[in-house]
Amino acid sequence: MSEDNEPRKPARRKVELDPKLAAYKGVWVFVEHERGQVHPVSWELMGEGRKLADKLGVELAGIVMGTPGPESRQFCSEAIHYGADLCYLMEEDLLKDYRNEPYTKGLTDLVNSYQPEILLIGATTLGRDLAGSVATTLKTGLTADCTELAIDMENRSLAATRPTFGGSLLCTIVTLNYRPQMATVRPRVMAMPEKDGNRTGRIIVHPLDMVEESIITKVLEYIPDNLQGKPQLAFADIIVSGGRGMKKPENFQLIWDLAKVLGAEVGATRPIVQAGWVEADRQVGQSGKTVRPKLYIAAGISGAIQHRVGMEDSDVIIAINSDPSAPIFDFATYGIVGNAMVIVPALTEAFRQHLSTARMAG
Amino acid sequence: MHIVVCIKQVPDSAQIRVHPVTNTIMRQGVPAIVNPYDLYSLEEALRIKDQYGGRVTVLSMGPPQAEAALRKAISFGADDAILVTDRAFAGSDTLATSYALASAISQIEKDIPIDMIFAGKQTIDGDTAQVGPGIAKRLDMQLLTYVSKVREVDLANRTITVERRAEGGVQVLRTSLPCLVTVLEGTNEMRFATMSNMFRAARYPLKTWDKEKAGIEDLTKIGLKGSPTIVSKVFAPTPKSVKAEIIDTESNQPRDLAVTLLAKLFTKKPNLVRDIAKNAP
Repeated sequence: MSEDNEPRKPARRKVELDPKLAAYKGVWVFVEHERGQVHPVSWELMGEGRKLADKLGVELAGIVMGTPGPESRQFCSEAIHYGADLCYLMEEDLLKDYRNEPYTKGLTDLVNSYQPEILLIGATTLGRDLAGSVATTLKTGLTADCTELAIDMENRSLAATRPTFGGSLLCTIVTLNYRPQMATVRPRVMAMPEKDGNRTGRIIVHPLDMVEESIITKVLEYIPDNLQGKPQLAFADIIVSGGRGMKKPENFQLIWDLAKVLGAEVGATRPIVQAGWVEADRQVGQSGKTVRPKLYIAAGISGAIQHRVGMEDSDVIIAINSDPSAPIFDFATYGIVGNAMVIVPALTEAFRQHLSTARMAG
Repeated sequence: MHIVVCIKQVPDSAQIRVHPVTNTIMRQGVPAIVNPYDLYSLEEALRIKDQYGGRVTVLSMGPPQAEAALRKAISFGADDAILVTDRAFAGSDTLATSYALASAISQIEKDIPIDMIFAGKQTIDGDTAQVGPGIAKRLDMQLLTYVSKVREVDLANRTITVERRAEGGVQVLRTSLPCLVTVLEGTNEMRFATMSNMFRAARYPLKTWDKEKAGIEDLTKIGLKGSPTIVSKVFAPTPKSVKAEIIDTESNQPRDLAVTLLAKLFTKKPNLVRDIAKNAP
């Protein structure tokens, strides 16, 4: 994508793919894991990769890099259960913790050996570190933070759509005469696919030609986060968010009250976080978290595109805003036009009653 | 200790407006700022210089007006500033940008050897986080991204120990110099410019390098030609065809509105009660 400030003139280049590059076949998803857990974004990408592979009529592969043993094998079978046809497995002791150098070399070697046409990686701290390094080493194109992936069948190219200019516009980016076509996608942007425990597939083990002594960077220690009390918006079922329409920091308590009744996480828009009403971890939107809860309640939020891209895939969106022409009503499920300061407490009370009735009913 | 800090001038994205008819960016009057993430890197570099001595050179690629961003960096305490600017760079994507910057860094290195490169975690306009890793790979340097703390620089052994943000925790990494570091937001707080540095910034004879001075040998690796990615379409998000069902009642009292809404909600999504009950106190 452009590092230039101006979106470039839409280019329409019909490119005959170099025969050497046309040999690149198949869709790959890098399976990211840390401390024995696969990051959910990898499975979300597996679901998306499946669709792309089916469209192209090619195989979908999971890429697992890790230590030798049952854990790596387990990740391979999980990848297959989530939709992969096969897995490429690199198992070496020196892949125990993520480090840029061995992972870049490993993934680059795999690409050069088996030549996929598309490589998808989660836009996490690990994924972005790896993707940028691998793309530069391979001298190919990489599109970051995509929100939509499609295939342009005219030339079998990956059309990767992403927000640009802080989410004011969207742009579609293609990588024509280079392979593989690489893209990263942020967690929760794509839906989690169904897991099918009956699916089977092959595992291809590939060695990593590297010794620990040649790796300059060493991991001295790993300090796990203390998650106690930290907001966990990305995987919350229910989120209650407030925006500038809440007017004063004191009024934000109404958001917390409703969230408490629902056992929900509290979210906010960028201006609210910038004003310091809530911590930065609660920001939903292009420059904050992407969420897809079952229920998203937006109070006093106008629905600017920067916020919208972070929450529009919520299952149900309830919007409360005093301005009937606020953009949030264009994509919410239900809307109440009114003063959030009186509607939110009324909702809190209504939910409280509904839930206690439901509980009594068993 | 010689540290190069890569910075970018970006439009203040909080103030960008899109033209309602043409869907183009309206740039008039949008102030240009130093990419905020770069300031954490600059400050960290300045702190290392304060502690261990040496020089900080700031480097930027961009249009001539990006000079302002470099002067800003001088006012914070950077020693030297170089602007790489040439029409030939226009349209560069991240791969081409990292090539141009790596080439310029190699030219800087000819004068004074470089021990460390700092770059922003990402920019606020491109948001890719790809140029830093790209430069490290091109210069065959060790890469430390998302650094939240520089624990120690050991000049005798030429090593650096940092804390790096991982998904579920913090990795403590030690590597050898030279290396490229990108810094996580919130790691430090940018110092105030001193009066003397502000004067210096105003008078500083900024170095402007065109593609030749930046050492670009292969013109097919820069600009549009050197960019594998192509923007095929820029468009405004399509409005959803289904608008919200606006709840209204005869009374339009908040209580009635809330009860009506809940009735509709739980009719449509009966399982939601269970999901709420699972989490609710």
